[in-house]
Amino acid sequence: MKIVVLAKQVPDTRNVGKDAMTADGTINRAALPAIFNPEDLNALEQALRLKETHPGSTVTMLTMGPGRAAEIIREGLYRGADGGYLLTDRAFAGADTLATSYALATAIRKIGEYDLIIGGRQAIDGDTAQVGPQVAEKLGLAQVTYAEEILDVDEAGRKITIKRHIDGGVETVTAPLPLVITVNGSAAPCRPRNAKLVQKYKRALGAQEKAAATKDGAELPYSDLYAERPYLNITEWSAADVDADLAQCGLSGSPTKVKAIQNISFQAKESKTLTGSDKDVEELIVELLANHTIG
Amino acid sequence: MNNVFVYLEIEGTTVADVSLELLTKGRKLADRLGCRLEAIAAGHGLADIEKQVMPYGVDRLHIFDAEGLFPYTSLPHSSILINLFKEEKPQICLMGATVIGRDLGPRVSSALTSGLTADCTALEIGDHEDKKAGKVYENLLYQIRPAFGGNIVATIVNPEHRPQMATVREGVMKKEILDENYKGEVINHDVAKYVHETDYVVKVIDRHVEKAKHNLKGASIVVAGGYGMGSREGFDMLFELAKELHAEVGASRAAVDAGFADHDRQIGQTGVTVRPKLYIACGISGQIQHIAGMQESSIIISINSDENAPINAIADYVINGTVEEVIPKMIKYYKSHSK
Repeated sequence: MKIVVLAKQVPDTRNVGKDAMTADGTINRAALPAIFNPEDLNALEQALRLKETHPGSTVTMLTMGPGRAAEIIREGLYRGADGGYLLTDRAFAGADTLATSYALATAIRKIGEYDLIIGGRQAIDGDTAQVGPQVAEKLGLAQVTYAEEILDVDEAGRKITIKRHIDGGVETVTAPLPLVITVNGSAAPCRPRNAKLVQKYKRALGAQEKAAATKDGAELPYSDLYAERPYLNITEWSAADVDADLAQCGLSGSPTKVKAIQNISFQAKESKTLTGSDKDVEELIVELLANHTIG
Repeated sequence: MNNVFVYLEIEGTTVADVSLELLTKGRKLADRLGCRLEAIAAGHGLADIEKQVMPYGVDRLHIFDAEGLFPYTSLPHSSILINLFKEEKPQICLMGATVIGRDLGPRVSSALTSGLTADCTALEIGDHEDKKAGKVYENLLYQIRPAFGGNIVATIVNPEHRPQMATVREGVMKKEILDENYKGEVINHDVAKYVHETDYVVKVIDRHVEKAKHNLKGASIVVAGGYGMGSREGFDMLFELAKELHAEVGASRAAVDAGFADHDRQIGQTGVTVRPKLYIACGISGQIQHIAGMQESSIIISINSDENAPINAIADYVINGTVEEVIPKMIKYYKSHSK
């Protein structure tokens, strides 16, 4: 089976420190570590399991982002993916979910052969859960979202059985291949990096990373390796490489526009400040009982 | 043409609360815009739907009744909306930010190249000026939602594309019956004209839906814990306090992500919205995403060892102390004074 894993490098919004906001109230992205989107790791695990149970399968990573997002491809390779593509172009900047899906769909068409396209349910920087279904629609494929586990793949019958989460319960569905699947965070966690694969791929770099490493005239460390071992070159694709229509990419391909961004400052209420002393807690309980808030 | 549409989520033959809440919101938006409110029901055995939704002020109800439309699968419902919207050209389409709405909305928006904003916490009508293009757009839908991990609130607009689509979580909007005898038109559509046979490719072979284990949404007192509770065992203390107060236990996203509490107890933008008369926030710092789900509580008590926790700014009572110290005292003094 040919499996494409969609993964995104995201700012770690769950660990926002005090320096994450600048004095003028904008986000200090540099202060936020970039991580592998958590639910995309759950998706990668499902893909790697299929590779194990269906010998001959390949797992291809696909991500979109700046040059440093090649890290996502490496993390995939460290865990057992066979290769990957970094979709990177200034033309993709400012994309909303629709323009993002368009770009990813053109790249998937360029990859050509696929039975399964699998990604996380949503990314923690937007929480929209829109890209998976939109990629499915753009490719004219069926979709199964909120997947918990792939139960069975019938390759000959081109059919897959999936357990998925629904509101208030679970359901099991069968769906045709090729298919787009998005995976829930409650699915099996991703395996750790494999030490041998880390050794094999730790010097894998994308073109922009190589350029950054040599920008002051420095020589690329181990530069001979890259011709010798082609798998250490992470392929970067531009908008032109995937024949993307620029009008549908980035900001111009995004129907939604951000009208206003407001920083959070709460209207302070008049509040009573208490300590944790017995006296303070007892008085509070007595007051709440007296005005029938409790009891 | 140019009306406000609400997609009705239907479990069996019952319209979900979130859809009724959106009808109430949709009615207000339609009144503001001077247009009609229309609703779409897709499922099987829908004879009773009219009675359920008309009181919320629906002017036109589109019914798609066929075997195969329940349980929900993506493609048939998508085809219904896509093809109906090509005919009707709505200006706004609202749906629940449920598993179904979040599966269906993006697919429809992609097919129609229309913008979609997920998990809105407020919807308003207003104008928008695109200074670059020198254009003013009147009466756009402001889709307001916390973004970027809850550190900012963004207002999103779709100037050029229709319909303007938004999803909203259950409980965020209030449902209100407009008129028990409201009379709208009912249109029974021929499903085969909208849904192709090949759309029925995903089959539901097994399905379990359970009633919710708790009534967090309707609770009059909520005891909620955050990351500051430290562990799943730490939450036991909250369950004990909740038992005494006849309250329900909720949790912040950080506490749920850390595994301290179950996902169905999460309060906030991507969880449940609550409006209790008393909200006791224990070890919750108060990210905007959390605040969005509890700020309409009548009385808020914050117990936090960090005096500068953001939630303290909206609390009526701030207790500077550790949860381990304060909660056992609350239990003790409640027991001694309530008898």
